[in-house]
Amino acid sequence: MLKTLLAPFRNTSGLARWILVAGLVITAVFLVFAIFAPWIAPFGFNQVSANGHAFPKMAPPSSEHWLGTNDQFYDILSRVIWGARTEVIVVALSVALAVIVGVPLGLMSGFVGGWTDRTLVLLMDALYAFPSLLLAIVFAFLLQGPLGGGILAAALALTAIYIPQYFRVVRSTTVSAREATYVEAARAIGARNGTIMGRYLFGNVIQSVPVIGTLNAADAISTLAALGFLGLGIQPTQAAEWGYDLSRALDDAAAGIWWTALWPGLAIVLLVTGLTLVGEGLNETVNPTLRKRRLRDFVMPTREPSTTLARGEVEV
Amino acid sequence: MSAGSGSLPRYIGQRVLLVIPMILILVTVVFLLLRVAPGDPVTAAVGGKLDPQAIALRRHQLGLDQPLYVQYFEYLKNVVTFNFGHTISDNRPIIDVIRDNGGATLTLTLGAFIFALAIGIPLGLIAGRMRDTAPDVVIRIFGVVTYAAPIFWTGLLLVILVAPTGWPTYDIASPETKFLVHPITHVLLLDCILQGNIPATLDVLQHHLLPCLTLGLLLCGVFIRLVRVNLLQSLQGDYVEAARARGVPEKFVIRRHAFRNALVPVITVIGLQVALTMAGAVLTEKTFNWPGLGNELVKYLEARDYNAVQGLVTFFAVVVIIVSVLVDIVNAMIDPRVRY
Repeated sequence: MLKTLLAPFRNTSGLARWILVAGLVITAVFLVFAIFAPWIAPFGFNQVSANGHAFPKMAPPSSEHWLGTNDQFYDILSRVIWGARTEVIVVALSVALAVIVGVPLGLMSGFVGGWTDRTLVLLMDALYAFPSLLLAIVFAFLLQGPLGGGILAAALALTAIYIPQYFRVVRSTTVSAREATYVEAARAIGARNGTIMGRYLFGNVIQSVPVIGTLNAADAISTLAALGFLGLGIQPTQAAEWGYDLSRALDDAAAGIWWTALWPGLAIVLLVTGLTLVGEGLNETVNPTLRKRRLRDFVMPTREPSTTLARGEVEV
Repeated sequence: MSAGSGSLPRYIGQRVLLVIPMILILVTVVFLLLRVAPGDPVTAAVGGKLDPQAIALRRHQLGLDQPLYVQYFEYLKNVVTFNFGHTISDNRPIIDVIRDNGGATLTLTLGAFIFALAIGIPLGLIAGRMRDTAPDVVIRIFGVVTYAAPIFWTGLLLVILVAPTGWPTYDIASPETKFLVHPITHVLLLDCILQGNIPATLDVLQHHLLPCLTLGLLLCGVFIRLVRVNLLQSLQGDYVEAARARGVPEKFVIRRHAFRNALVPVITVIGLQVALTMAGAVLTEKTFNWPGLGNELVKYLEARDYNAVQGLVTFFAVVVIIVSVLVDIVNAMIDPRVRY
């Protein structure tokens, strides 16, 4: 178990390993924020007073409120830390749901083929061609009515935009694996379709899912923030959300109030960058064609030693 | 693509024919999502303001009391003629919304592409040329961060930095300009130029700077990455080696042989960025209170106006598909390999 977890490290070296480590560290910090938010954050995410006195409105950073307060009297540091919890829950929920729906659908579609396959591919391609934010907007708009502006509505809106990605990847891997010798062998010994899909194909098509998963998670954070910014995300009374806080900061920006905008945005940038780095790092380990192959440099036999050509570096 | 022949007209024909089912599916998906949803659109938009009879009348006017399939075919017929119906909340023809506000979105996105290319291509070339040195690392980090940063945050920071200087930070023009320039083409920048109003033109251009830069920064990361990788690849190409072997000076090898080939895929990627640009435009417009389609969409989302949302989203989707196809065709004209 430990061996499989550590495999990405052993398979990388140099820059790729640094990228992976940096990404993991950043992501881990936010995970700690998310899990221990009640203990780390000085106040609640919608707390407006402590020990009997109200918080000041839009106060600059001070010893009491390290990152200041915003126009709703909330403590910004607490909002940023609680926000990590919201992001992690929504993103984990949406990516998990997208995998649960997208992977089996892609596997079946690729394996069964025929009209089901063609219809699903057409539908998924159309959804994929759609600007993802617009799709999320439509879903969030629709779900806000029946579900209210909560965590579940936001997660489902994001799920809808990621299903086609898993579907496409898993389907194309399945199509190419379907004719492989081991599948033929399984069929020859009389394995049923369900068994072939579940036991033989699943393990082979699932490999690219972690990479897409982390990259989707990075994208989901931006999209969730964008929904919040547009007023379609999570309501401020339900949970702290960075995008919503940034939309509140809009009116203060021109007046020179910088602290309401700076911190939630910085949190988004860091978490998105962290997850992207993890995704890229994983990609390099899972996908050997992306690994940089370094051969030893050699010197062309020329008269002037200055016209040395460094060779043998291939980047795909 | 299964086309055996590489003729250009045939490629264009195929590409255009493929668009029709694509648009049909998208229109259907948007229609179904918004119409099958529980709740009555009219009540959602104007409920509480009108009495039940008035609501029933509005439902009838909008055709919402008819069976779903009748509504669907009616809607399809209208979309073909670019008639997206009326908004529910303020009873405006949606095509008017598109006409009045589309121009602002158009100039915003075009300006953003100019910035993205002007920033992205040189930085990508420098990074590729100076691979694995400090400038390369700095440029690559710049590319990652501008792409990771939410566009509205980039915009907010620019506003905070620029606002003290008195440079305009919101809207497309000052009230005077809007009052003086009357619409001809409904693209404000073009109208100012057509009417020969130089102060107004400058005013509109000033207002464009921040929003276009913000959206451009989001897009430039993609170009940096692309140009860098392509330059690295083309520097390893056989023709570059051949040029070097012929004794062409390194300066010319890079400028004449490597750069030019590294830039070809940029056109393809512009096509792929259209969806991202549209989404970015919606957010940029809200940030800068830009009177474009994105801002209208946000306004109608807040009003819970199903018709307006449906019309505008459909329009966005159709634009994205059409622009992608146009880029594909241009691409096929430039690079014959695409057609096969």
